[in-house]
Amino acid sequence: MTDLSLSNQAFATKPASPKEATAFRFPTHWIGVTPFFIFVLMFLILPTLYLVLGAFQNGEGQFTFDNILQLVSDPSISNSYWASIWISFWSAIIGAFAGLALAIAIVRGGLPSWVRSATLTFSGVASNFAGLPLAFAFIATLGRVGIVTIILRDVFGMNIYAMGFNFLTSSGLIVVYLFFQIPLMVVIIVPAIDGLKKEWNEAAATLGATQWQYWRMVVIPVLFPSFLGTVILLFANAFGAIATAYAFTGPTLNIVPIKLYSQINGDVLHNPQLGYAIAFGMIVITGLANVFYIWFRTRSERWLK
Amino acid sequence: MKSGKFWAWVVFIVSAAYFFIPLIATFEFSLRLRRGVHSFDAYQIVLGDPRFQATFLYSVVAAVFTIILGVLVVVPAAYWIRLRLPQLRPIVEFITLLPLVIPAIVIVFGYIRMYGSNSPLPFLASDFGASALLVIGYATLALPYMYRAVDTGLRTIDVRTLTEAAQILGAGWGTIITRVILPNVLIAVLSGAFLTFAIVIGEFTMASLLNRPAFGPYLQNIGANRAYEPAALAVIAFAITWGCMSLIQLLSRFAPKSANRPN
Repeated sequence: MTDLSLSNQAFATKPASPKEATAFRFPTHWIGVTPFFIFVLMFLILPTLYLVLGAFQNGEGQFTFDNILQLVSDPSISNSYWASIWISFWSAIIGAFAGLALAIAIVRGGLPSWVRSATLTFSGVASNFAGLPLAFAFIATLGRVGIVTIILRDVFGMNIYAMGFNFLTSSGLIVVYLFFQIPLMVVIIVPAIDGLKKEWNEAAATLGATQWQYWRMVVIPVLFPSFLGTVILLFANAFGAIATAYAFTGPTLNIVPIKLYSQINGDVLHNPQLGYAIAFGMIVITGLANVFYIWFRTRSERWLK
Repeated sequence: MKSGKFWAWVVFIVSAAYFFIPLIATFEFSLRLRRGVHSFDAYQIVLGDPRFQATFLYSVVAAVFTIILGVLVVVPAAYWIRLRLPQLRPIVEFITLLPLVIPAIVIVFGYIRMYGSNSPLPFLASDFGASALLVIGYATLALPYMYRAVDTGLRTIDVRTLTEAAQILGAGWGTIITRVILPNVLIAVLSGAFLTFAIVIGEFTMASLLNRPAFGPYLQNIGANRAYEPAALAVIAFAITWGCMSLIQLLSRFAPKSANRPN
C-alpha cells in the first residue's frame, strides 16, 4: 500500500516542471467553493425560496396574503401548528433538562469512568435512532399488547390504556421523542461541561463563594449559550420529525409535518398554494427559534467578555 | 459530596431504565412470533423477504452515492475555506446548519415543485432522475454532519504547509486534493460517511414523497401490516445504527490528535 502510493507520487510529480506549476493559475479565487455554492443554491436555498414565494401567491400567480391568513383562520391547520409547537417545546425542554442532568451526573457525579464512556457511546447511537424503528420499539413496549403494558396489567394491575395513555396524544409522543432528545443533549453538552475548568471552582471557593454561588455565577452563565442552542436544535428536531408519528397513526394525527405530508401526497386541503403556506409557516417557526437563540447568545456573550 | 454521588447514580439508573426497557422489550417482542416459545421466526421472515432485500439494497446504494456526493461537495469547499477564504467561514457554517433548521419535508416539497416533470430541470420525469434527486436530498440532510466532520479533520492538519509543500514538488490542484489532503482527512471523512449512512438508511419522508423503493417506505409498510416483524426490524435498525457509531469510535482512535506534532 505504502509502496504503491510512493511510486505513484514520484510518477505524478516528475512531469510537472516548476515552470508549468507557476504558469498554472486558477481563474478565480472562488473555484474551490463553487461546487458547494452551486449545490446549496440549487438544492437547498432555491427550493426553499420557491415555497416561500409560493406561499404569497394565489393559483394565478398574483400576490396575496390569503394563504398565510388561512393558516390562522382554518382551525384544523392552526390546531396542528399548536400541537406541533406544544410537542416540540416540551420534548425539547424535558429532553434538555434530563440530558443536562444525565451529563452532569456522568461528568461531575464521581461515577466510575466506564459509566461515562458507556453513556456517551449509547447516546451517540440513540440520538440517531429515530424515525420508524423507534416507533416500532415503543409499540412493542407500550403498545396495546406491548411487553411493558402486559406486565403492568398482569403483575401490577395497572391498565395504562384505561388510564388514558395513548401514543396518539401529545404526551405519548413526547415520551417517545425523549428517546432521541435526551441523548442528543448529552452528546452536545458533555464537551461544554468538560470545558468548565476545575480552577474556576477553586478560584470561586478562594474568593469565598458558596457552591450555589459558583453554580449561579460561573457554571450557568458559561453553559447557558450551548444549552440554549441545543434546546433550539432539539425543538427543530422534534418539529420536523414525521416518521415516528406517522408509524403510530398513519396520516390521521394532526401535527404540522403530517398535515404537510398528506397535502403533498394528495392535496387534501384542495388548494395547492396552501401547502406552500404550511411549509413557509414551518420555516418561520424554526427560523424564529434560531433568531431567539442568536439574540440570547449575543446578550450572554456580552457578559462573558 | 456523598449525596452528589448518590444523586448521580439515581439519575444514571433512571435514565438507563428509560433507555433499556424499550430495547429489551422490543427484542423480547420480536421473538414471540411462534406461540408459546421464543424463536427467531420474525427475523427469518424479514430477512427472507425479497422486498426487504431489494429495498435494503436500494438504500445502501443510495447511501453510498450520498456519501460520494457529500465528499465531492464538502471536501473542496472546506479545504478552500481553510486555505484561501477564511472570511467565508461564517457564511458557509451558517448554510451547512440550514438543513437542521429547514425540515426535510419542506426541502423535499421544494424539490417536488421545482424539479417536477414539467420544469426546466425535470428530475422527476424518470426513475433514474428521481433516485438522483433522492441522493441529492440525502446529501443535503447530511451536509451539517459531513461539513463538521471534514472541518474538524482539516483543523488537525496544517493545510497551508502541506499545500505549499505539494506545490513546491509540482503537484497540481487535483493531486493536492486527492493525494495529499484527502488521505489526511480520510478518517474524518469516514466518520462523516458512517454517520450519513446511519441517517440515510431508514429515512422515510424523502423516499416516500419521491416515491422511491427505499428501505424507509418498506419499514412503514411492514409496520402498518404486521405485528412481530416490525420489532425485528427495529432491532436490526438499532444494530445498524450501533454498528455505524462503533465504527466512528473505532476510527477516532486512528485520527491525528493535533497539527504541528513535534516529530
